[in-house]
Amino acid sequence: MATQQHKRPLSPHLQIYRPQLTSFMSITHRATGVFLSLGTLVLVYWLMAAATGPVAYQQAQTLLSSGIGLLLLFAWSFSLFYHLCNGIRHLFWDAGCGFEIKTVYFTGYLVLATTLLFTALAWALAFTVHGGV
Amino acid sequence: MQLRSPLARVRGLGAARAGTDEFITQRLTAIALIPLLLWFVGSIIHLARADYATVIEWIKTPWVTVALILLILVLFLHAHSGLREVLQDYVHHEIIKTIAMVAMKFFVITITVSSVLAVLRIALGG
Repeated sequence: MATQQHKRPLSPHLQIYRPQLTSFMSITHRATGVFLSLGTLVLVYWLMAAATGPVAYQQAQTLLSSGIGLLLLFAWSFSLFYHLCNGIRHLFWDAGCGFEIKTVYFTGYLVLATTLLFTALAWALAFTVHGGV
Repeated sequence: MQLRSPLARVRGLGAARAGTDEFITQRLTAIALIPLLLWFVGSIIHLARADYATVIEWIKTPWVTVALILLILVLFLHAHSGLREVLQDYVHHEIIKTIAMVAMKFFVITITVSSVLAVLRIALGG
């Protein structure tokens, strides 16, 4: 920095670091949290539509089962399972467990695998049992 | 030089004591959301493609009404706590941060009340 008075070393910026699973998952936890907060608005809309009556409810269902609706629902379901699984990982950390580097990476991959499994399972169930959403 | 006593500073500023409360709220709501959300996602999958009457009948079931209202309250408390943390971390302009946090709080309370009312209208209505 030109205006820097003392030539102290600056800590390197984010793009200097090699991407790590740990930092990536931490940022993703926050990003999915914000994204899911937006998703709560859909829950509100869906409940209000149901309270309004059959016509409004049908309108909501049509909107949600459209291409964009399904894409958003899929993204929200993935985010939900990620935030849920990684949130449980965070709760273990809060309790003081799982700080060994090996454990941190193991639980990290476990969270990713569980997220994929739960998301796939949820949509497979929705489609096999009901033939759609 | 500090002219204020440590006690005065603690009373007037910062997260002395009260910060822990926010931390605990976020964790408790997180724990409560585990069963609530698993139940809700399961129900939504079960209700996929269901018609209007089936959904209304489901919401009218007494324990479903209770669980839905609990889900709404805990979910928005948790979302509010997380969003507040994000604003505190990334918005550095003091006035904009305050306005954003107040606006967010008002908005979250409004939609919380609206969704609880929607559930109650279905549960208690004809």
